[in-house]
Amino acid sequence: MSNLKYDVIVVGAGPAGLAAATVLAKAGVKVIVIERGRFAGSKNVMGGVFYSDCMKGIIDDFPGKAPVERHIIDQRIWLLDNNSFVGFNHKNELFNKKPYNCHTVFRAKFDNWFAKQAADAGALIITRTLAKEAIIENNRIVGITTGRPDGDIKADCVIIADGVNSLLAKSLGFRKEIKRESVALAVKEVIGLDEKIINDRFNVKSGEGVTIEVTGSFFNGEAMAFIYTNKKSISLGVGMVVEDLVKNKINPNDLLESFKAHPSVAPLINGGETKEYLAHLIPEGGYKEMPKLIGNGVMVVGDAAMMVDAIHREGSNLAVTSGKLAAETYIEAAKAGDFSKKSLSLYEEKLKESFVMKDLKKYKGVPALLQHNKRLLQQYPKILNNAAFEILNVNGVSKHDKEKLLWKNMKQQIGVSNLIRDLFKLWRNVG
Amino acid sequence: MRLEDKLYLDGYKIDEIGGSHLVIKDMSVCLDCELQQCLYVCPCGVYDFDAKRGEIEVNYDACLECGTCRIACQYNNIEWRYPRGGFGVSYKFG
Ligand SMILES: Cc1cc2nc3c(=O)[nH]c(=O)nc-3n(C[C@H](O)[C@H](O)[C@H](O)COP(=O)(O)OP(=O)(O)OC[C@H]3O[C@@H](n4cnc5c(N)ncnc54)[C@H](O)[C@@H]3O)c2cc1C
Ligand code: SF4
Ligand code: SF4
Repeated sequence: MSNLKYDVIVVGAGPAGLAAATVLAKAGVKVIVIERGRFAGSKNVMGGVFYSDCMKGIIDDFPGKAPVERHIIDQRIWLLDNNSFVGFNHKNELFNKKPYNCHTVFRAKFDNWFAKQAADAGALIITRTLAKEAIIENNRIVGITTGRPDGDIKADCVIIADGVNSLLAKSLGFRKEIKRESVALAVKEVIGLDEKIINDRFNVKSGEGVTIEVTGSFFNGEAMAFIYTNKKSISLGVGMVVEDLVKNKINPNDLLESFKAHPSVAPLINGGETKEYLAHLIPEGGYKEMPKLIGNGVMVVGDAAMMVDAIHREGSNLAVTSGKLAAETYIEAAKAGDFSKKSLSLYEEKLKESFVMKDLKKYKGVPALLQHNKRLLQQYPKILNNAAFEILNVNGVSKHDKEKLLWKNMKQQIGVSNLIRDLFKLWRNVG
Repeated sequence: MRLEDKLYLDGYKIDEIGGSHLVIKDMSVCLDCELQQCLYVCPCGVYDFDAKRGEIEVNYDACLECGTCRIACQYNNIEWRYPRGGFGVSYKFG
């Protein structure tokens, strides 16, 4: 590996790095991918719903033979209170038409498959190797040192795709330590269950899948949970912003166990056998917390660049798209042989024109909104759950009196001016 | 289900030679730390207060490499690295 010169070094074999590597290799660029795990995907975790559209122009006829679990036809949202939930549900036969919108995936399998596609296209994938530091010469990044003996590698350009913790972006001074408010820890279990039991419990056929996103007063408005169907297992997890974990003295595994024991959740996983326990950070700071994206001879992609649209649980597709755009930028820059920051600013322009930056910008107020207006996900879900119960529980009180009582409770608990203010904030930031 | 039983399900390759990738920089800072949040925010119970020795013990072999402890510690008192290439957790599913 030593003394070898490549055109591009990609650090990290997640979706961002592998998308970049595949596009580069297909264009005949000499690219090497450095991955610290035993195989690509062995360190990686997501819920995970993978959206197909981002693979256009990277892998033909995706998903093809890719290891996907179920295609999602039914998406549910639950506002969870202690004994109940109020839900919203969208099931659509259109989601049963190919090409499927999205699938559940296991990242250890998916990334490993993606790495094989990159390798088939001509990329060199080196696993079990930790990238340590950037090699800087004349104010330009010209390579990477690795944990291997004689492990320095040189290249025209480095693509940093090392995920949320991005020690590389930090060491280059592209960003400071991530703020506690800007990152959530998610813990997850893969719970094995019979395929037919899953089909029955979630009311789908084999191959069809369901996702449930959960928040609300049960979590004090401070956590997001998910339940996703795989072929023969359920992925179930819960995430909480690190600041809230610290402040509320929460142990993540206890939080996960309390979610699993909720009366609306327990029957779905009853009889299941836990196969794996996982933990991973999600960068949720959004647009305002993004690091510097380019420098002389370097571009930052995916989670390393905070590219997650948390309210739509989209991250892997932003990662893939940013990886692809960085690769296209390199190909353009190579024509002039200029890999300076100025030349690579094309990457920023491409991002701005894509959904990646447009969406991150549109929802830039959401992380702060949710962090500073806990009421939104604390009190309203509780009020909704109470309201649903009151209206549906027949106990001799007239509907008119019930409505009056509910409105009175709403005024007492939230206040009319707060209600109007909250609705306005929501409309401004999310609408 | 107990945490130990969950962690037992995960595949690890422990770096016996390289040793811990997590090192507490200055134990006296921990002893004055108000919340000692590393003890509860870690999803794997890596940090444990050893009352006999009056120190925080770091059971690095259970670490899932998430990074939470590093970000949670307001004194920046954890020297946090990734395990050497090829070591540490290796997920089957992910
Ligand atoms: C619980 C959870 C649920 C999620 N759910 C969804 C979802 O449903 N849908 C969705 O689209 N997104 C979801 N996301 C977000 C999504 O997982 C990420 O946005 C996506 O994985 C980012 O891809 P990436 O390639 O940028 O980073 P990663 O996938 O993190 O890849 C980074 C790679 O770099 C490697 N690496 C790191 N440092 C080094 C180093 N120094 N040397 C060598 N290799 C290194 C790592 O081992 C890893 O393979 C979820 C995330 C979590 C944690
Ligand atoms: S949070 Fe930091 S300072 Fe406090 S006990 Fe843990 S490591 Fe020590
Ligand atoms: S990185 Fe995560 S799993 Fe490892 S010790 Fe820190 S908090 Fe625990």
